[in-house]
Formats: sequence, structure tokens, C-alpha cells
Amino acid sequence: MILLTRRATFSASHYYWNDGWTSEKNEQVFGRCANRNGHGHNYTLEVTVAGEPDPMTGFVVDLKWLKQVMEEDVLSDWDHRHLNLEVAEFAKLIPTTENIAIAAWKRLEPRVQGAGGAQLSRVRVYETPEIYAEYRGER
Amino acid sequence: MKAYFGRRYSFSASHRLHSDALTAEENRTAYGKCNNPHGHGHNYVVEVLAAGAVDPETGMVVNMATLDAVVRERVIDRFDHMNLNLDPLFANRVPTTENLCRTVFELLERGFEPAKLELIRVEETENNFFEYSGN
Repeated sequence: MILLTRRATFSASHYYWNDGWTSEKNEQVFGRCANRNGHGHNYTLEVTVAGEPDPMTGFVVDLKWLKQVMEEDVLSDWDHRHLNLEVAEFAKLIPTTENIAIAAWKRLEPRVQGAGGAQLSRVRVYETPEIYAEYRGER
Repeated sequence: MKAYFGRRYSFSASHRLHSDALTAEENRTAYGKCNNPHGHGHNYVVEVLAAGAVDPETGMVVNMATLDAVVRERVIDRFDHMNLNLDPLFANRVPTTENLCRTVFELLERGFEPAKLELIRVEETENNFFEYSGN
């Protein structure tokens, strides 16, 4: 089995806020991330698929196709957007890096699965070069 | 839902690879210039990967401020701008990056529950790194 990874970047704004909490508790738990005016990051989305190379092409998946799927299913909705205000998943879900990785997985998994062959193995989202979250489809 | 949270830190330290169990000649052969008597240093990168359920209240596997405080107190403040050979943890352990990686894992294994420490990666330079998962 071979793991193949494709990276892409997007820029978006967000803030962390739990509506069930007081302002004090939000500020205590989330610190500067609780600023309701939002702040932004240059995110890196790293998508890894696993499979056997096709005997005809030598590809696990066509990287061009994977780039297009990432673009159509994730980046076109998220790039240069405010995640809390403009992205459906985060209307009621805090856009932490963990939740962003899970949301990207949910968007990408059906397309990768539907293509046959390769499986989605992991989705990693870097919020900065020093901070990332990863989801591997585990419950 | 189980997810992973990774965070990179850095510190600078000196070390010398030398084993008292080996002769001067054998040390030279095993460690090459890393055995030079006065030591040398690196800018180390420590990557901490925590695993756990995403808390529905916070959307987080682990609170980064908690993680940062634990890593700073137990690892960065301990090793930054220090000579690793002089730390009691390396009294009987050659401070290779393999051993440093395992030592960092042991220092951090507990302290940010309910998340679990999944993996420690230590990069000695841009071109070499070591990983340990506790087994």
C-alpha cells in the first residue's frame, strides 16, 4: 500500500465562541481566539489517500484529480471566507482546527470513496506551521 | 470523534555523544565528530501529537494553553540553552536524539488528560528526525 499526499492552502477568518457559555468563560477558555471580530490564518490542507498503484498508470490516484476534488469540495467554499459566518458546517460548530480537519474529511471522503480504489487515510490541517490537527476517520 | 492535535516547539542545546562503556577509540568510531570533547549544539524541534475525543463544548482535543504550559515547564525550560549531558536524565543515557525523543515522551506522558500522548518527534536538524510512541 502506498500513501499519497497532496497539499493546498487557503486563507480564512474565524473566532472561537460557545453560545452556551458566558463571555467571561469564553474569554477564559479561548483567550484571544474569542475576539468576536475574528482573526485569520493561512491554512494548509494536507490530504492523504492510501491504495495500490494502478498497474496501467502507476498512480494510486491522479494527483490532478485530487487537486480538483480538494478545490471543488473544500477550497471553493472556504478560501477567503469567514468560517463562522459563511461556511455551513460552522454555523453551530466551533471552527477549531480539529473541527476543520473533521469537516474537510466529511467533504472529501464520499468523492474519494466513490472513485474506487484509494481510501482516504488522513486529513491534516495546519493553522500555522507550528499548529495542526489531524483526523483519520476514527469514531 | 477521535482526532489528533499537533504542536511544534523548539529549543537549543548542546551535547556530546560519548559512552563511558566504550574506549576512546570505540567512541570515536561510533560517534565520529559528535564525540568531539567539547560538545556541539543543535536547534531542536519537538513535535507533540496528542490524541483524544473532540470535546463537544470546546471543539478541541486538548487546550493549547494547557499543552504549551506543560511542554514549556517540563521540556523547554529544562533543556533550552543547556548542556544535555549534564542533565541527570542523561547521567546514564547518551543524549542521542533517539534517547532525547524517548526522554521527552517520558517527561510528557501525563499531564494533559483526557488527551493521550500519541507521538513525540524530535528533529535534530532539518534533515533528520526521530519519533517515539511509547512502545
